[in-house]
Amino acid sequence: MIAKFTVAERQWSLVLLVLTALAGLAMAALGAGDAMGVHGFIVLIVSLGLIFVVGGGLFAPEPTEDRRRAYYDDPIKLGLVLAMVWAVIGMGVGDWVAWMLAYPEARFDAAWSSFGRVRPVHTTGVIFGFGGNALIATSMHVMQRTSRARMAGQVSPWFVIIGYNLFVVMAVSGYLMGVTQSKEYAEAEWYADIWLVIVWVTYFVLYIRTLARRNEPHIYVANWYYLAFILVVAVLHIINNLAMPASLTAAKSYSLFSGVQDAMTQWWYGHNAVAFFLTAGFLGMLYYYLPKRANRPIYSYRLSILSFWGITFFYIWVGSHHLHYTALPHWVQTLGMTFSVMLLVPSWASAGNALMTLNGAWHKVRDDATLRFMFVAAVFYGLSTFEGSFLAIRPVNSLSHYTDWTVAHVHAGAMGWVALITFGAIYAAVPMIWRRETMYSWKLVEWHFWLALAGTMIYVFAMWNSGIVQGLMWRTYNEAGTLQYSFVDTLVAMHPYYIARAIGGLLFLTGAVVGSYNIWMTIREVGHEAKARDVPTDSEAGEPAVPVAE
Amino acid sequence: MIRWLQKLYYPIQAGHYRLEKHSIGLTLAIIFAAMIGGFVEIAPLFTIDETVEEAPDMRLYTPLEQAGRDIYIREGCYACHSQMIRTLVDEVDRYGAYSLAVESKYDHPMLWGSKRTGPDLARLGGKYSDDWHVAHLIDPRAVVPESVMPHYAFLAQRRLETESLPARLAALGKVGVPYDAAMIENAERDARGQANPDSDDAGGVAERYGEATQIRPFDGDTARLTEMDALVAYLQILGKLTDAASRIETAAIEADMEAAQ
Repeated sequence: MIAKFTVAERQWSLVLLVLTALAGLAMAALGAGDAMGVHGFIVLIVSLGLIFVVGGGLFAPEPTEDRRRAYYDDPIKLGLVLAMVWAVIGMGVGDWVAWMLAYPEARFDAAWSSFGRVRPVHTTGVIFGFGGNALIATSMHVMQRTSRARMAGQVSPWFVIIGYNLFVVMAVSGYLMGVTQSKEYAEAEWYADIWLVIVWVTYFVLYIRTLARRNEPHIYVANWYYLAFILVVAVLHIINNLAMPASLTAAKSYSLFSGVQDAMTQWWYGHNAVAFFLTAGFLGMLYYYLPKRANRPIYSYRLSILSFWGITFFYIWVGSHHLHYTALPHWVQTLGMTFSVMLLVPSWASAGNALMTLNGAWHKVRDDATLRFMFVAAVFYGLSTFEGSFLAIRPVNSLSHYTDWTVAHVHAGAMGWVALITFGAIYAAVPMIWRRETMYSWKLVEWHFWLALAGTMIYVFAMWNSGIVQGLMWRTYNEAGTLQYSFVDTLVAMHPYYIARAIGGLLFLTGAVVGSYNIWMTIREVGHEAKARDVPTDSEAGEPAVPVAE
Repeated sequence: MIRWLQKLYYPIQAGHYRLEKHSIGLTLAIIFAAMIGGFVEIAPLFTIDETVEEAPDMRLYTPLEQAGRDIYIREGCYACHSQMIRTLVDEVDRYGAYSLAVESKYDHPMLWGSKRTGPDLARLGGKYSDDWHVAHLIDPRAVVPESVMPHYAFLAQRRLETESLPARLAALGKVGVPYDAAMIENAERDARGQANPDSDDAGGVAERYGEATQIRPFDGDTARLTEMDALVAYLQILGKLTDAASRIETAAIEADMEAAQ
């Protein structure tokens, strides 16, 4: 890693690291006795470790080759490995909290291990740890290949990936210590949020500078989606996390907004985290790896335009469907519901475009589990966007809201769509990035595929059942005109479904562990393959970056 | 019709063909397209007066209750308990009058929640005794055998950290909760006094936060101010900051009865 830096870049990295080490030291000293102090120590230790690494290679000979003639894939490797590490951690914790809901004593006798503190470790671990690392790493792969240009930066890609993971570590360790803003999917406290803004702006600058270097006249569709992901997530993150710290030397802060405005801002954020993190970003992934793997051009350029702008424009309106029948004004609820239903058009346009792309390659879907991951992901994307529009209809929502039906919907999207497209993309990307002939074992990819699919189905069906059962029990009246069931009655009815859900999650987790082993063995055991043409070129010279229609 | 649509479509496609050659243009177009909805839905909530009802009797959280609220947030209680009764008849029958916007006017952040693994808590205050809450938090299954709630026995052992309360109230003041200088200055005393009615500190609490303020040893022990005191004080005030919801419910019932006559 350091051998590929020029001496100036090594010095520049050292300056950066000394600055972060000082920031960590200040946090550790001033925040002593508070969670902020612990986070300061984490920042300090990570910075010192990296100073050691960079300092150790400071006087190594400079690289002699022309770096612009090769793609820069080393940071991507770190991102992909970290994505799999977070997958196992996040899904492992998720399955643990699932068992906790069936057997509440399945925990340690310590404050940090209660459901309320561990649950955000699961959500942040899978969404931001697994999903975020996969998005950043694949975006660095896609931006270079579709632009036929090397990434515009030698130090900044490392800063983005390491800095981003530092944010996730601060967030997750904070929850266990009781540090949380309580805003779902935005629980991290103010200093971690500020740090993420710095990382994110660097990421955007890296992306836009790489696009500026491109040797293709057009910006490929996948990049539109990655750009939307980066830009809108930045806006959402900044506005929803506006808060007043109680003290600059402690973690606790209070949201700038209160009550109904806070609720609307939170779910504007929350649902657009679904839209621009969990949908737009992963559609970017789909638009590159699916046509590449199938070796088929994207079915329709027009559908791509329609779905991209449809998603970008419609999604932002729909957050208020999380607040049906609440104290949120009726007109905002109605707008959210209306746009949620309209959103089905661009969503299905994307899913349809992906599936139609596979026409002529169905034999590959049958034979190649990697492509099958992406195919099933597109199917789940279509199904869960349909379900999402359906659940956003006010009377349907009266039954589903507050129940496990929402949990079923989220996991159909998160496991069936987001995780499956990610696993497909990672299995496609690992041999390309490490320059291996193939994955270590195609049989293990098959195993992973079926474990993941079975786990998702069991999970989603269990939660559909428990959600609808609970929703119906809550509203059942007896002949005397009073409520038939107490809350505890509904809790007892949930128990078998909670066990089934935890088993489904366990299968899914097992798949992720199998996948991690397979990736590790690919890196360690499989022989190199020199891919002569995988270098930046101007567009006339090389083969097309993605398959094109004749 | 189709031909008309085609006429409309070609310039769009030609425009897009140009747009996707310019990264900054694309960036600006994305930001513009994605910001309209949020602006239309959120900005008016701050300007339209009817969004939040008037409730002149609305009172503030005392320092002890706010400390309890911070514990509620710290432990992630909102992950399983909502504080938002929807305008549905079964919810009103189960939990009480539906929630009004004004009731969470001073909630930074709001804790409306999104999932009911446990029941809604918007009107929990006064439904159970302090003893019930303490016993339930120490061992939920001793009170409700089927419960899957984690136990919070450690709250009864932990001294409540009050030193940062003035700073916390001041921060809430900066974001719009009308705590005055005396409230901020006396935050620590008031927290101690609210859980110890016999002490000299108790008088100031009622003076600053109203005669209706619940002043008693919430965890049953006046000798120590614990996190249990704070959390139970908070749970016992839920839904009781204002009578607006029950006033509106009573008015609605009376209107119904008049209409029936």
